[in-house]
Amino acid sequence: MSLIVADGVSKQYMTGEMTLQALTDVGFVVEPGTFSAFIGPSGSGKSTLLNLVGCLDKPTSGRLAVAGTDVSQLRGPAAAAFRGRHLGFVFQDFNLIPALTAGENVEYPLLLVQHVPEHERKRRVAALLEAVGVADQRDKFPDQLSGGQKQRVAVARALVTSPKLVLADEPTANLDHASAFAVIETMRRMKDEFGTSFVFSTHDTKVVDQVEVLYTLEDGRLISVEDRRAGAAS
Amino acid sequence: MKQLLIIALRNLSRYRRRTLLTGSLVAIGVLFVLVFEAAAGSFKAMMIGQITDSMLGHLQIHRKGYVASIETLPLAMNLKPQAIQKIEAELGKSDAVEAFSPRIKFGGVFSTFTESTSVRVNGVDPDREFATAPMLKGRVVQGKPEIRPGIMLVPELLARGMQVKPGDTVVLLATNAEGSVNGKQVQVGGILASVSGPGGRDAYVHQSDAAEILRLDQPEVSEIAVRLKDFGSLKATYAALSTSLGGMRNKQGKPSFEVHTWESLAPFSNVANMIDILTIFIRLILVSIVLVSVMNVMIMAVYERVREIGTMAAIGTLPATIRSMFLLEGLILGALGTLLGTVVGLGLIGALRIAKLTFDFGQQRGLVLAPSVGIGQVLALAVIVVAISAIASLQPAIKASRLEPIEALRHN
Repeated sequence: MSLIVADGVSKQYMTGEMTLQALTDVGFVVEPGTFSAFIGPSGSGKSTLLNLVGCLDKPTSGRLAVAGTDVSQLRGPAAAAFRGRHLGFVFQDFNLIPALTAGENVEYPLLLVQHVPEHERKRRVAALLEAVGVADQRDKFPDQLSGGQKQRVAVARALVTSPKLVLADEPTANLDHASAFAVIETMRRMKDEFGTSFVFSTHDTKVVDQVEVLYTLEDGRLISVEDRRAGAAS
Repeated sequence: MKQLLIIALRNLSRYRRRTLLTGSLVAIGVLFVLVFEAAAGSFKAMMIGQITDSMLGHLQIHRKGYVASIETLPLAMNLKPQAIQKIEAELGKSDAVEAFSPRIKFGGVFSTFTESTSVRVNGVDPDREFATAPMLKGRVVQGKPEIRPGIMLVPELLARGMQVKPGDTVVLLATNAEGSVNGKQVQVGGILASVSGPGGRDAYVHQSDAAEILRLDQPEVSEIAVRLKDFGSLKATYAALSTSLGGMRNKQGKPSFEVHTWESLAPFSNVANMIDILTIFIRLILVSIVLVSVMNVMIMAVYERVREIGTMAAIGTLPATIRSMFLLEGLILGALGTLLGTVVGLGLIGALRIAKLTFDFGQQRGLVLAPSVGIGQVLALAVIVVAISAIASLQPAIKASRLEPIEALRHN
């Protein structure tokens, strides 16, 4: 079963008297266990599409199914519960909770979203921090971490609930070259290790070079899909 | 819950200066209210104790209509033996009554042979009177605290004005109900300190002397003062006696008796009521301080953490959890302020008790202020402040929980 199925998805925003067409009749499929990216120039609609897939926004029309659920109708607590169960998020600005340590940030979704028992939480947090290479930073607060370390903690937080899909909006935009490369490598490794699908919205060529399926958007329309996986037809 | 608590505490410590400022404001409010309630409550209790225990009693029973004419002490409205028996029988049945004292009150002339002046006199049975007004003996500042036939306790102001002292012989004159003037020579047995309130400057004689001066053929009394075992049962006992005695009718079918609590007889009850109103007012000010300051801090907290709230919502935190997080933060802020204010307030109350500050009230000098608060008062205040903190946090918490994650994440 496909992980994401978008069919005729459009999104309009009202800005005062003006109607802004952010996405027009977008249709695509994302298979489980893939490393994919929405690319395109600024204003092409890639972040909007990522937000729709992430149940953070609703399409104006069309059908959008994620993990077999029609997410276009999900609202409020139901949407939050779906995100907590099936999705992980990595943000451009890391968005770690400042009041919590690195370890507590990773533990947060297990505790307050999925209500996992303590011994299981501790085991998964330790494993994820180790896997992303920041185990020695677990007791530090976000303001004591470098950008790369913060993003790795954010990746660990996104993966700790074992989601089917991780959505990453410009995850390397605020990182230097080495950190960006390390973060991409980490995510790639996580994908291989846990079988989690990653969907990026990015401009970064370092990310673009690593992805398996590229969805190119322009003026709110999907203009091409490039599947780089062996044996795949674009 | 533990994680929510940790987040709330860490967020409070993140904005330390603001937390300290608001917490201190709440603490100062709690401290002020506690000390005020302790001091005002102590003053009120002391004054009520003085009034009821040294002269008035907790309740009084009169013939119907007596209190309306009490200024003239009308002998014609005295209770007759049959009425006294009925009242005493009712009082005897009540478990709440500790003691009662029949008094005959009259206005007379106090003469030192060279000078004379008017005086209000209570004719009493000393044993029953001292049991009903146990602080009466303590008011005797000179001489002996005794009321025997031929002995009179004279109020301090009268004694000073007429220049009499214990052992002096004086004449007490009065007009009886039939209009004849009678007199009796008595000895000053003691001088009574004045107290505020009705009867606070009355003289006392033995009931047999009063009967002799008024030429009474049979025992009569103007009032029966009642002391209760527990002051807290005042309202219930008043209601019970009002029902039983108030239901008794005379030959004309009109009510025979009236029952009054100390409050309806002593003007100080207005001061006591004012203290109660003032206490409510002070509490309202505290509520306003807590409401405004906690709400202000929580609104700022939500505004400053919009992106953080967006992140929490995006990763699946339910609106109810976000709401709880901010509610808890406000609640902890209020609770910490309350704790601090209570600790310092109780310390200050303890210090005031040790300092034994004195004050004057009317003719009474050197009253010692002994402020105290009950655990119930402290708990009630704490519950009010913490509840108001929660209420003040509710609107910001609801606002936080209703933020659209997409909008919140875009917030700069």
